[in-house]
Amino acid sequence: MSALPVPSRPVGEVILAVENIALAFGGVKALSDVSFDVRESEIRAIIGPNGAGKSSMLNVINGVYHPQQGQVRFKGEVRRRMDPHHAASQGIARTFQNIALFKGMSVLDNIMTGRNLKMRSTLLEQALWWGRSRREELEHREKVEHIIDFLQIEHIRKTPVGRLPYGLQKRVELARALAAEPVLLLLDEPMAGMNVEEKQDMCRFILDVNDEFGTTIVLIEHDMGVVMDISDRIVVLDYGRKIADGYPAEVRSNQAVIDAYLGVAH
Amino acid sequence: MLYREAGQFKTTYAADQQIFPIRQDRWAMVALLAVAFVVVPLAAGDYWLTAILIPFLIFALATIGLNILTGYAGQLSLGSAAFMAVGAVAAYNFELRVPGLPLLAGFLLGGLAAALVGVAFGLPSLRIKGFYLAVATLAAQFFIPWLLVKVGWFSNYSASGVISAQQMEILGYAFDTPAKKYLLVLAIVAVLALLAKNLVRSAVGRGWMAVRDMDVAAEVIGIPIVKAKLTAFAVSSFYCGVAGALYAYAYVGTVQPEDLNLDLSFRILFMVIIGGVGSILGSFLGAAFITLLPIFLEVGLNGLAQALSLELPPGTTSMLQLLAFGGLIIFFLIVEPQGLARLWQITKEKLRLWPFPH
Amino acid sequence: MSFFFEVLIGGLLAGVMYSLVALGFVLIYKASGVFNFAQGAMVFFAALTFVGLQERFGLPFWAAFVLALSVMVLVGIATERIVLRPLVNQPQISLFMATIGLAFFIEGLAQLIWGTEVRPLDLGLKDEPIESVLERLNMVISKFDLTAAAVAGVLVAVLAVFFNKTRIGRALRAVADDHQGALAVGIPLKQIWAIVWSAAGFVALVAGLMWGARNGVQFALTFVALKALPVLILGGFESIAGAIVGGLIIGAAEKLAEIFLAPKLGEWCQALFDVSLNLSGIEGWFAYVMALLFLLVRPEGLFGEKHIDRV
Repeated sequence: MSALPVPSRPVGEVILAVENIALAFGGVKALSDVSFDVRESEIRAIIGPNGAGKSSMLNVINGVYHPQQGQVRFKGEVRRRMDPHHAASQGIARTFQNIALFKGMSVLDNIMTGRNLKMRSTLLEQALWWGRSRREELEHREKVEHIIDFLQIEHIRKTPVGRLPYGLQKRVELARALAAEPVLLLLDEPMAGMNVEEKQDMCRFILDVNDEFGTTIVLIEHDMGVVMDISDRIVVLDYGRKIADGYPAEVRSNQAVIDAYLGVAH
Repeated sequence: MLYREAGQFKTTYAADQQIFPIRQDRWAMVALLAVAFVVVPLAAGDYWLTAILIPFLIFALATIGLNILTGYAGQLSLGSAAFMAVGAVAAYNFELRVPGLPLLAGFLLGGLAAALVGVAFGLPSLRIKGFYLAVATLAAQFFIPWLLVKVGWFSNYSASGVISAQQMEILGYAFDTPAKKYLLVLAIVAVLALLAKNLVRSAVGRGWMAVRDMDVAAEVIGIPIVKAKLTAFAVSSFYCGVAGALYAYAYVGTVQPEDLNLDLSFRILFMVIIGGVGSILGSFLGAAFITLLPIFLEVGLNGLAQALSLELPPGTTSMLQLLAFGGLIIFFLIVEPQGLARLWQITKEKLRLWPFPH
Repeated sequence: MSFFFEVLIGGLLAGVMYSLVALGFVLIYKASGVFNFAQGAMVFFAALTFVGLQERFGLPFWAAFVLALSVMVLVGIATERIVLRPLVNQPQISLFMATIGLAFFIEGLAQLIWGTEVRPLDLGLKDEPIESVLERLNMVISKFDLTAAAVAGVLVAVLAVFFNKTRIGRALRAVADDHQGALAVGIPLKQIWAIVWSAAGFVALVAGLMWGARNGVQFALTFVALKALPVLILGGFESIAGAIVGGLIIGAAEKLAEIFLAPKLGEWCQALFDVSLNLSGIEGWFAYVMALLFLLVRPEGLFGEKHIDRV
């Protein structure tokens, strides 16, 4: 057996650890005894067939679902029940499988909402559009423009997002997540429904984010080419259980994974 | 040709963020304000001032309030008139019991009282949505006027049940003529409209719209849902409360909570829908439309009847009004759900090209 | 004590009247997911049309009934086609507001056609106490109310059987759940909706006749629709049984609150704060506050289904 590949980017200590997570909805067990960890600045992929519990796992990590058993340890802090607001303030941002943009607002406004946690001015100050609120609006606008620049969406910044094509909407969602300057970025099928070019662009953006800002990324994705290419380590879920966990080469040759999900090339 | 942005480059974000980024719009606004503040009081007759313009402004203010709650924050409310009632009764009581209280302070306190009540009735919004929330606001609309009438203290134990609002005076200057009342109302509404516009384009407003569009996502990115919803109720009720105080003091001259009833709440909702959900300009357009429609109907119908020598049964106009309101609501919801404000936007976009076809 | 029972039964029977109106709401909600705010206006229109036909054309009861029913069916189908179909993909709130507009429209139309005077409606039933009950138990229970309860009972039974046992009923439930899915299995959507609105029109007519006979056919009838809202919240928007149970509870609670609770609270206020408070009229808002509290505790109602949102 060849030596295990070494990750190309410098990866730090464990920043997120999920331990023995069990999640059920009524009688349906979405997750059973799932544990894995994520290291700082790495790109961790979660893969598996549909219904394996991947999105539920992300929802547990950022507090939308509360597991019946197990806990999540983030930046050293342990919690069983967390609300999404707290997760956001701790530096966790995410995108959704079905786009969760605010359809009534423009691209610029959508991304600005990502910076909401960083704004301090009060209601009265904002009503008067004066002093601190005015300054904040301009400062945050500048930060947001950097992200718009980074993701190359300047030409659509005033367009209402409802009118954008699917691929661009996904990019705007990524921009909104980045606006929060997150420590941990959860991406739920960021490339679903995209063509080859769009996927290449999205891959590039994700790698750039990881490179430039050192953001830790947990990624759910079905395109195996992408997954094997960009992830440092992979977790494989099937029917709510973890069936493999390791480097891409290991996972690819793991028999259980091949049986459940990957299949063999004919 | 006339209405073009060519040559108007924004070089700073500040310039881009103005309420009227296009120069022609700014001039138009200045002109409009000049007409409103200077020309109208001089030229308009008393009838126009008291029966049309003053109520229009007051309802526009209430519509801004409801628009903030329903249009921007997405919380459906059928109780706006109830909050107007709170504002009216509160302002009256403050003026009555606090000697020497300045008039504007009375209005402000009336608004704040309405805001508090609004927050109380807004608490259910933390658990229920959509038209279930409408039912909660219906509870407010039935309960509040009943309470205000039942508890004699509110109406100063007046035997006849009719309470006259006090004379409006600021620093000894009495607002007793229609023109003066109009100017006072105009000033208050203009200032509050500006504040509202500022609110909806800053972080608070974006938070509201996020809650409206997808509150789960909003929570995930860190927008405090509870605070956003309750703030929406508070600000909205404040605006309705001030509108209510103005209604009592500058329009009808009496404080009668029973008049601020469900029918009025529906009317204000119609103003929001027709004018444009989620638009401050739309609030004015909708209020103007609904205020003027009955008059046009009346005049038009009578003219038609006379021309055809028909005798119309009594109440025809009010029945036609119902028909027109209902039909227009359905029309707007189907054809242009974003109301007159959107139609105005489309007109402006066409104007950019005019006289060229494309 | 017998006074208490009298009020209770009176309230329950009044509640049955609410249920009759609420049934129309449930039908439409069950089949199309739309909360038809205009149901009250339809009740009014139905009653007015019936009385108007009798008055203006001298038609006998059954002829007027059939004609009025046909009119209601037409109104229903027109509503579905003109108002609801164009709004099919809009958020629920838009549909709700459209039905508010529809309510106003129908109210205006009804009075424009038939005039605005209040009219009595004679069904041959008198609002008199049943003599035997009055003599033996010393309670006033109206013949009319009892008949109304019986009518409602029959209606509910028929509707329940229809929905749960027949093929069409099943198709209706499928349509309510998922239009696309229903289409995919070959359910003729348009026919189904025509059936539903016709049924709702029938229920509206029956409710209109009962209410009209009791209170006279007048504009205030449309406000009964508003009372149906708390009924549905208590009972669950999708449940026929819920409409009945909700109606009974609301009817009873309202009357009991007005007759017993209001004076009691007045007494307490006097004792505690030395403030004399006349709390009559509590009926006007009690149902809504009850509904509000219910919403906070059990939003899906007693018989409704819980909805889970997937992210």
